[in-house]
Amino acid sequence: MTIVLEAKGITKQFPGVLANDQVDFDLRQGEIHAMLGENGAGKTTLVNILYGLYRADSGEVYRDGQRVEFHSPKDAIKHAIGMVHQHFMLVPVFTVSENIMLGAETTRRGVLDRKAVAAHVRELSHQYGLDVDPLAIVGDLPVGIQQRVEIVKALYRSAEILILDEPTAVLTPQEAEELFRIMRELTQRGVSIIFITHKLKEVLAIADRITVMRDGKVVGTVKPKETSEAKLAAMMVGREVILKVDKGEASPGENILQVKELKVSDRRGLEAVRGVSFHVRTGEVLGIAGVQGNGQTELVEALTGLRPIQAGQVLMNSRDVTGRAPRTITETGMAHIPEDRQRHGLVLPYAVADNMVLNTYYLPPFGVRGILQPKAIDSNARKLVQDFDVRTPSPYVPTSKLSGGNQQKVIVARELSRAVKLLIANQPTRGLDVGSIEYIHKEIVLMRDRGVAVLLVSAELDEIMALSDRIAVIYRGQIVATVEAAKVTREQLGLWMAGARPEDD
Amino acid sequence: MDWRRFGFIALIISVLFGVVVLIGHVQIAPVIIVTSMLATTIAVASPLTLGALCGVYCERAGVVNIGIEGMMLSAAFFGWLAAIYMNTVFGIAPMPSLLGGVAAAILTGGLLGLLHSVLSVTFKVDQIIGGTVINILAVGITGFLNRQLFFEKGSIFGGNVPHAPGVLPRIQIPLLADIPVVGRIFDQQPITWAAILLVLVTHYVLFYTRWGLRTRAVGEHPRAADTVGINVIRMRYANVILGGMLAGLGGAYFTLESVPSFEPLMTNGRGFIALAAMIFGNWTPFGAWAAALVFGAAQALQINMQFFREVIPPQLAILQISYVVGLAPYILTMLILTGIIGKNIPPAADGQPYEK
Repeated sequence: MTIVLEAKGITKQFPGVLANDQVDFDLRQGEIHAMLGENGAGKTTLVNILYGLYRADSGEVYRDGQRVEFHSPKDAIKHAIGMVHQHFMLVPVFTVSENIMLGAETTRRGVLDRKAVAAHVRELSHQYGLDVDPLAIVGDLPVGIQQRVEIVKALYRSAEILILDEPTAVLTPQEAEELFRIMRELTQRGVSIIFITHKLKEVLAIADRITVMRDGKVVGTVKPKETSEAKLAAMMVGREVILKVDKGEASPGENILQVKELKVSDRRGLEAVRGVSFHVRTGEVLGIAGVQGNGQTELVEALTGLRPIQAGQVLMNSRDVTGRAPRTITETGMAHIPEDRQRHGLVLPYAVADNMVLNTYYLPPFGVRGILQPKAIDSNARKLVQDFDVRTPSPYVPTSKLSGGNQQKVIVARELSRAVKLLIANQPTRGLDVGSIEYIHKEIVLMRDRGVAVLLVSAELDEIMALSDRIAVIYRGQIVATVEAAKVTREQLGLWMAGARPEDD
Repeated sequence: MDWRRFGFIALIISVLFGVVVLIGHVQIAPVIIVTSMLATTIAVASPLTLGALCGVYCERAGVVNIGIEGMMLSAAFFGWLAAIYMNTVFGIAPMPSLLGGVAAAILTGGLLGLLHSVLSVTFKVDQIIGGTVINILAVGITGFLNRQLFFEKGSIFGGNVPHAPGVLPRIQIPLLADIPVVGRIFDQQPITWAAILLVLVTHYVLFYTRWGLRTRAVGEHPRAADTVGINVIRMRYANVILGGMLAGLGGAYFTLESVPSFEPLMTNGRGFIALAAMIFGNWTPFGAWAAALVFGAAQALQINMQFFREVIPPQLAILQISYVVGLAPYILTMLILTGIIGKNIPPAADGQPYEK
């Protein structure tokens, strides 16, 4: 088979990181070539170079055997390369047609020819079975459809090579299946696809070849038939990884957290949580499953006192804490691992030691009569760094210098070293490497076994399935189903996440 | 721009007109009062309209511009200065001098637009600071030069304020302007006509052309525009400079169309009111124009009330105090900006510098 795109010896240095180190990569006509690796392994950097968004420090790119140099995406588009970014590059207030023609507009005597574009979009979407309405406003469309708009956008520019950057991160399992069908359809029509992901199951299901990257280097290229999830994980991480979380039977006790008919508005004042009720008991993990943006952020912010509550009640240990300040709620024994660790979990320029007392600094032994006690803070930090295996040169480096996994460990250490009755963990492993994920999962199960109630919010269905004892599915601000984790399948959860109701089955 | 908002605007304008008719009808026929009010409203709204259009171009491209006031003030001064120079120093006839003045005003606005782009697009200075720089610079430079050139002994004009070449002549729309009474509305000066024309042009450019689509994309989601090969920086520069030129034309209104003289601080907050008009108009040309007309009507109220001082009924005696009426445009600005009607939705990337 002919090689349509080839990268040779690509090296790209960012301040402090060697993102790509002598990377070789090739793509054959009509194949799906998966690029697998952890966050920060250099996958996105490589495709951004192939798409002209970054320029490599050294190395060469060949298109159909010809040496090419891309100074901007414009050059890549000229060579029939299209890219669907992880965060969609669509203007929400524009129509589908407007988004698709942007940068490649068709005009008639200076006026945008919306009709001609709409006709072309309809033709393309029919041809590839993509089904998009050219006149719809993009912001009104579900993410799965927005992704198709991105694909049509590339095809509109006559792309023969399609780069999909983490396309399944925002999709429900069913939407992901649909995407795979579309990808196969595209390859049958001669399109070649680079598919970036960190999900092992997906690459084995869809890829023709798999290239694994780690620390900016290519570890190897394998065929799905010749490998397994465990082998791929080991290639990604560089050591054996235990993919399955080891956890025993739960022994739930009394109710710690009780939420009744909770209503919360989002930043724009629209109702994001619409009458949610649930409870979490000691010694169990309640997982909240759902596609990102279905009210999880607002729910957690309301429970932790960070966002005003419009209606309803939150009881912590039978005490009403509705609308109380975060500190009051924290003092009732709630620990919070926030969704965005860099913005809400840490003060990045602060030293690791200071971040470790961020919610206890005013209490003895760390603060006595309003004066901080450096000795107590120091010994606390040294103990936590040891106990939670935080990799840092010293407790006094700015937390911003730590890797994502170690930053998360700082938060986990701070939150779990107190006397905690309830742990709210929102996306606790997002963006972390497999090793850190393994550690944080173990820590969550350990807390549960010690009798802590755990509320786990995650968009990763695998994580929810692995850790939860009970699972509640949230869809458009409402809990559509609550089930025992042992009694439900992935497929069933996926349907609920897409809005199906249990009574519809 | 939704119809409720246009309805709200029509309501306010009717109320303002109604007040004047109510008071003045004992002296002059209502139809004449309304016609005169409308003609004045359209005329005095033109710098606001042009300022608001400046805001539309800038902010649709993602650059907040609070320097409209400074752009207009500087343009008013330099436009006037150019016209006088051409007329008195080079002996050019009044009409070409005035047109030269307008060109100089537009150029001044464009240059300040360039300055704002350099500060906020290239150097990513906080855009509010960039605008403030322009406002302060304008007050200082026009005040200083005004004094140095015209009032200092030994300066170019030696302490004698020179004879100005007058103001731009009226242009009548054939037939319409000949209608008795109402024809007065269709008898306006060129910058006023230009403002109305530019509202139409801006609407067309923004929503029906490639340029407009790209401008809006850059203001909504610059990275998306970048990934399809649009040069975000260049689009922002071009729109801010273009906006500056429109504000410059608006500035020319003060010294070349309204009155033939310059006074320090003569724009008197009109640039900020224009900004408010743009916001109330929800970043659309027609909406901005409609809102500018509301402020224009408030000013027309102030101007027309002067004729009826003697007949103000005792219950409305408060209107006899001229500054009470004079406050109307500013009070309206505050009321309207508190968001009496609906929510204003700015372009998503408005005010955010673009980082690759």
